[in-house]
Amino acid sequence: MLFFSYFKELVGKEVTVELKNDLAIRGTLHSVDQYLNIKLENTRVVDQDKYPHMLSVRNCFIRGSVVRYVLLPQDGVDIDILHDATRREARGG
Amino acid sequence: MASAGPGLESLVDQIISVITNDGRNIVGTLRGFDQATNIILDESHERVYSTRYVLINCDLLPGLLSNALIGSLVQNSAISNKFLSWCLKVCCQHEGVQQLVLGLYIIRGDNISVVGEVDEELDARLDLSNLRAHPLKPVIH
Repeated sequence: MLFFSYFKELVGKEVTVELKNDLAIRGTLHSVDQYLNIKLENTRVVDQDKYPHMLSVRNCFIRGSVVRYVLLPQDGVDIDILHDATRREARGG
Repeated sequence: MASAGPGLESLVDQIISVITNDGRNIVGTLRGFDQATNIILDESHERVYSTRYVLINCDLLPGLLSNALIGSLVQNSAISNKFLSWCLKVCCQHEGVQQLVLGLYIIRGDNISVVGEVDEELDARLDLSNLRAHPLKPVIH
């Protein structure tokens, strides 16, 4: 649940999602759900010449199970708060 | 514009482009979906991105090659790769994107990577006959 809450905080920010097929999609985070499925707006594929498959797509839904990384904006993470939260969750509280 | 909520509600009855885990690209109208991202696609087709070339100037190739062969015999050198790839460029054309009609399809959610909302205006402007792509890698979990 922690990362669900965390990603909800990031809504509206610009992120890059790298998939397990090496495709990287950049866009504005629109929403996240419990499976960490991600919806992006104003998307573009990072290597568009190599992968033109999504040239006519502006908004997309990415299945959580195929996400490898989410690259965050520089100000998208407060390490101290995240540390505390992960420790609290590990303790079961 | 996608509405609130993370599901696919906002895309129902719209044209979507699905990328599957094995790297295929299927385009069709979204008719239904469920929690596991299983989806029902109507009037769908697969877009097959080719990496192959087709011969368009068949009559040109033998002349070019025999000239090159004679040239290389005279100069006692091999035909260069550079020349061969130039020949290929002159005589061949990229195959472009083929559209395979599939009809009504159900895709299991496990097998779906990305569901994209197709902007029909942008899509109409695409020159599919002249589009090349690296094959998408399969998803490895």
